[in-house]
Amino acid sequence: MITTTGLRKVYHSRGRETAALDGVDLHVREGEVYGVVGRSGAGKSTLIRCVNMLERPTSGTVEVAGTDLTALAGRSRRANAALRAARSQIGMVFQHFNLLSARTVQDNVELPLEILGVSGQERSRKALELLDLVGLTDKAKAYPAQLSGGQKQRVGIARALAGDPKVLLSDEATSALDPETTRSILQLLRDLNQQLGLTVLLITHEMDVVKAVCDSAALMKGGRVVESGTVTELLATPGSELAQELFPVGGEPSEEGRTVVDLTFHGEAATQPVISQLSRTYNIDISILGAAMETIGGRQIGRMRIELPGRFEENVVPIGFLREKGLQVDVAPVGAAAGRKADSTLVKEAAK
Amino acid sequence: MTWDELQPMLLPACWDTLYMVLWSAAIAVVVGLPLGVLLVLTDSGGLLRNTAVNKVVGAIVNVGRSLPFIILMVALIPFTRYVIGTSIGAEAAIVPLAVGAIPFFARLVETAIREVDHGLVEAVQSMGGSTWTVVRKVLLPESLPSLVSGLTTTAVALVGYTAMAGAVGAGGLGDLAIRYGYQRFETNVMLITLVILVVLVTVIQLLGDFTARALARRGKRASGA
Ligand SMILES: Nc1ncnc2c1ncn2[C@@H]1O[C@H](COP(=O)(O)OP(=O)(O)OP(=O)(O)O)[C@@H](O)[C@H]1O
Ligand SMILES: [Mg+2]
Repeated sequence: MITTTGLRKVYHSRGRETAALDGVDLHVREGEVYGVVGRSGAGKSTLIRCVNMLERPTSGTVEVAGTDLTALAGRSRRANAALRAARSQIGMVFQHFNLLSARTVQDNVELPLEILGVSGQERSRKALELLDLVGLTDKAKAYPAQLSGGQKQRVGIARALAGDPKVLLSDEATSALDPETTRSILQLLRDLNQQLGLTVLLITHEMDVVKAVCDSAALMKGGRVVESGTVTELLATPGSELAQELFPVGGEPSEEGRTVVDLTFHGEAATQPVISQLSRTYNIDISILGAAMETIGGRQIGRMRIELPGRFEENVVPIGFLREKGLQVDVAPVGAAAGRKADSTLVKEAAK
Repeated sequence: MTWDELQPMLLPACWDTLYMVLWSAAIAVVVGLPLGVLLVLTDSGGLLRNTAVNKVVGAIVNVGRSLPFIILMVALIPFTRYVIGTSIGAEAAIVPLAVGAIPFFARLVETAIREVDHGLVEAVQSMGGSTWTVVRKVLLPESLPSLVSGLTTTAVALVGYTAMAGAVGAGGLGDLAIRYGYQRFETNVMLITLVILVVLVTVIQLLGDFTARALARRGKRASGA
């Protein structure tokens, strides 16, 4: 639904060049909720603003719903009619809501329809329908200043949906909200995604947001996407930083020469007594170093870090057993290997 | 001078002053508003970035703003004659008054519009709105309270200018004060025109403040709390 290829955005300010985006290839499938996470300054906002051409990419292409927006936009800095028409098919919600203070809630929701040239009666019908969808029917005549942050964002979402877009972009839509309100807004986004088949690309710096609603995620660093995939794939990727952040399981081995294994359970496997089976079948003592159970993207996922006696070579068979049971098994890079890794980063730090 | 002698001159003078202020303020809005908007739009970082236009309009506005009104009035006499047919009287005074008020108001418009949150502009762009839509649906409505305040300030300044214009035969309260109060030492005429001018300015200011506040409140706490 959204595809960017080799997307670059270079800012020039006071003679210095900053590559806010440094070759981003992103692929968001139709009907999924896709989360982009990363530190401040990683280029997340620049990326999402390039998707609807609020920011013109320096090079690379953006395709939304089969239309190449970069080609549509051409060279000119101003948005031509074709680009504007394409934008009206892409909804956007903002961190600070960006509602017009001089307009009532209903008039705010009607604004995109005014731009589309929809007649007055049809506008108000559609606006009331959308306000009903986001649960704000009783606030239609209120002004934005009379609403709470969560209610404002609901208006922002209703407004973004007014033009019946296929795609919704959200730049930190919940960052100005408290946790409770955040949850309800995320639930709303999830519902809209399922009810309307809406494709959602959202930017966040909170892993909880990804956990709560995303089917897929990407991690950005210094203008690049360093990891991406479905949440399930990411959790299945050994050494994935996103998986570790999404789903941290900690725990250090009790002594040298033992094997530490990270297990990830999906669906069925989560309910089987695998650990006690393993213990009984091979007659080994298993210590559990850490464990967690989460619901990610509506699915139960469990993670556990266990320790088996003996080195890896001695544990090939038990590990095979775990794989056979449908678990995802990663031998954790802890102990000696991790120690070396830590040393090398220290050296790098010192070298700077 | 007795009240009976003064009264027949006072009413037309008041009317002349109001006439000059209203017309020149109206012209200032019609010309100054688009100029102010243009200054913001053509600025670097504006929606219609255009350095040349911005520099030229900015320079014209600055020159207009820096000329003392009395000099502007005299300098414009040929132009006024050309437009109105005479350089004397209230109607003729509207020309220099409007020319002086246009750049004054344009700068106030510029300041008011700059204060509009850029996020709102982006929101409308993301809906597919054109620059014209942004001006009509965002920049003007959102800055309306400030625009009204700016217009109030302009009108108050214009009351002052009309008094000055009175010195060169524009008519109005200023003319009355100078001819009778100053040149003939009629202190009571001076005092009465003074009081009327103060009342006029106060009424304009109160009216403007009230409107601006009512407009701003619309977006703040419309439930009357
Ligand atoms: N208009 C601009 N001019 C110059 N540099 C910019 C501009 N916008 C962004 N940048 C730079 O581009 C980089 C990426 O910025 P961006 O806003 O995309 O980060 P972000 O990931 O959204 O951060 P945050 O989480 O703080 O919102 C930063 O280094 C920033 O300083
Ligand atoms: Mg950002």
